Amino acid sequence: MLKKRIIPCLDVKNGRVVKGINFVNLKDAGDPVEQAKIYSDGGADEICFLDITASNENRDTIFDVVEKTSKKCFVPLTVGGGVRNVEDINKLLNCGADKVSINTAAVQNTEIIIESSKKFGSQCIVVAIDAKFNGKKWEVFTHGGRNKTGIDVLEFAKKMEESGAGELLVTSMDKDGTQIGYDIELISKISSNINIPLIASGGVGNLDHLVDGIKLGNASAVLAASIFHYGKYSIRDAKEYLDSKGIPVRL
Amino acid sequence: MNVTIVDYKSGNISSVINSFREAAKSKVNIEITSDLNKIKSSDKIVLPGQGSFKNCFEALNNINGMIDTLNEFAVHKKKPLFGICVGLQMFADFGYEETETKGLSWISGKVSKIDNQKGKFKLPHIGWNQINIIKDSKIYKGVKNNSHMYFVHSYEIIPKNKNVISSTTNYSSKIVSSIEKENIFGTQFHPEKSDKDGLKIIENFINL
Repeated sequence: MLKKRIIPCLDVKNGRVVKGINFVNLKDAGDPVEQAKIYSDGGADEICFLDITASNENRDTIFDVVEKTSKKCFVPLTVGGGVRNVEDINKLLNCGADKVSINTAAVQNTEIIIESSKKFGSQCIVVAIDAKFNGKKWEVFTHGGRNKTGIDVLEFAKKMEESGAGELLVTSMDKDGTQIGYDIELISKISSNINIPLIASGGVGNLDHLVDGIKLGNASAVLAASIFHYGKYSIRDAKEYLDSKGIPVRL
Repeated sequence: MNVTIVDYKSGNISSVINSFREAAKSKVNIEITSDLNKIKSSDKIVLPGQGSFKNCFEALNNINGMIDTLNEFAVHKKKPLFGICVGLQMFADFGYEETETKGLSWISGKVSKIDNQKGKFKLPHIGWNQINIIKDSKIYKGVKNNSHMYFVHSYEIIPKNKNVISSTTNYSSKIVSSIEKENIFGTQFHPEKSDKDGLKIIENFINL
């Protein structure tokens, strides 16, 4: 049986790990290479790096981090943040990323998803969607959550699937950093509307939230950041808890 | 000893390179090349593969003499060869991704889209799943039955002769997760991304 994945996410800025509260108030939580190694040794099913300030400054540090990490971790490594074009994807893959997540560029130009999924295969193309509820519907945001687009999330998710995305990484901006749990309604609505796997993100504060993301949200994988890297729970704790709730995990 | 990873300019092979180097522990030389003479003189070769069957096979075909070289290596000289993911799928006679594409015809059979039971199961089949080892394959030495491996694929190889199947995996149906036919080995999953058990499989292949 296919197992549900637990993916610790490391937000990286200038080669260092940080985690934002609603995308601001950054705190330093260590070296990404060492962190990633601790996670993979601890049983993480995948590692995710999000280069949160890559659009603005010091872009090349992430390549070095990816290269070093891929020589130490032998589980899939997803890297995103500031990916603008097919050449950026190529470069990250060449450095050792297994998947690249694309956010703003996917909204601005669908062609990048079509072209890159053909060129590198859908398996390495993850579309990261930042979603926010506007009172009526969920809207797609870009540029690290700074710009609203007016685009309906459900329609956009379907479009990305059709364009060749292999997975969707859906972050609720309303919940991100709050530690009150995933936006289950958002996750389950998208998940039931698409045939590719969905990774739930944004809002995890405890292990029950992970269970909810899978059981209620129907996510294929759950992504979390702060609950893991401030040592609140280990990956092992999370997996044992999910297992105790009847969720299939790799133990 | 020389183990060569065939670089035919299709998809990302950094992880394959890193994992083989890790498993080889500097005792074995891991070469990455598309040079036919180097491939011919290798002791073992690895055929990675990402993307579609059609694109991978076309990329192989685009290198003049590559397919002949691989045939000579695996079929005539019977030296060990390891195919990963689409690398394994190309062993078949035909693939049906995008359009019907001829394969290497080392394993009689075809590669078809996984039947996901009308959307009941997500595709691609992405993530960790267990392998049921049904053949005492050399690459599984020290690897426990039901070990977890990392999969990413939407297509599956369906060999005519079931004796070549060394392990299967349950998803929407029972999928062939690895093959062994004399000197030819292949895994549908990615040993290079399958943590310690994956590295063990790679080490076993290197030590054959």
